[in-house]
Amino acid sequence: MKNPDNRKKSIYKILLEFMKEKLLNKLNTHFKDSIESVNEFRNELTVFIKKNDIVKVCQFLRDDDELRFDSLRDVCGADQNKTGDRYEVIYNLYSLKNKFRLRLKVRIEEENPHVPSVTSVWPTADFEERETYDMFGIIFEGHPDLRRVYMPEEFEYHPLRKDFPLMGIPGSLPLPRK
Amino acid sequence: MGLMKTSESFITTKIDDMIGWARKNSLWPMPMGISCCAIEMMSFAGPRYDCARFGSEAFRFSPRQSDLMIVAGTVTYKMSHVVRKIYDQMPDPKWVIAMGACTSSGGMYRVYSVVQGIDLFIPVDVYVAGCPPRPDNLINGLIQIQKKIARGEKPGQSEKVYIQDPS
Repeated sequence: MKNPDNRKKSIYKILLEFMKEKLLNKLNTHFKDSIESVNEFRNELTVFIKKNDIVKVCQFLRDDDELRFDSLRDVCGADQNKTGDRYEVIYNLYSLKNKFRLRLKVRIEEENPHVPSVTSVWPTADFEERETYDMFGIIFEGHPDLRRVYMPEEFEYHPLRKDFPLMGIPGSLPLPRK
Repeated sequence: MGLMKTSESFITTKIDDMIGWARKNSLWPMPMGISCCAIEMMSFAGPRYDCARFGSEAFRFSPRQSDLMIVAGTVTYKMSHVVRKIYDQMPDPKWVIAMGACTSSGGMYRVYSVVQGIDLFIPVDVYVAGCPPRPDNLINGLIQIQKKIARGEKPGQSEKVYIQDPS
């Protein structure tokens, strides 16, 4: 029988153990009130941030000399289909220096789907925030040019919301005359 | 074609048949390549399958110089206006092949953003099945269009041809 303790550790596990304490210590000293919760699953670290502090936290994570999360890999949305904090915006960060990934999440209430834009921190967030606006109707405050990406300009709905029917709303997307 | 040979250097025929014969052997396609079917369409035009054997090697990227539109790919509602505009710019008589499952019926994309068959906004003459269709099946579609022209049918009004996927 193989001893499970002797199995080779995943490189991601080693990296997580190496980075987690350092990262959370820094975040706790600077942004104790901004962090809602920390979640660890399959060697991936997720931190829930309060909505209004997201730009501040992102700026710190990018500029800190030890962490250097200089690459924003993706911004996306999620509809949790529940009352209250219905939407989430998810930021996937990557540190080229530490080769470490971090996921930030922000909860957004249904009645007021606004969140500050992080385009001032990473300009690459421009199109990703536009896509999230297009699909979920989440409004990014401070975004330079918040328009739809995929759907036509005059389209009124946000297709990835859970209450949008799969086959669309008849008549919402006009066809050319035959 | 109803040819009658009277002497060594003359033939007699009807002018419609003569024009139809010329048209069917010089179909210039407008490649409306929207997604992965376009790769098979390129293969159809390339040296292995070689649509030049049927007189349609001159792919025209201007709709004004073409008379056959091969719609190859998933047509979204946003793209449908572009497809219709290009179709409108082609000179008459103009023929349309709906290449592949997505173009003919929406295919696996049964969602809000994809038009469930391009015959909702342009008349289609031949539907080619497959996902994507093999290039030889597209050649079959081209031959069906040629047969329609030879029979003197009108584009968009004749009976639709549905080509099955042989594989």
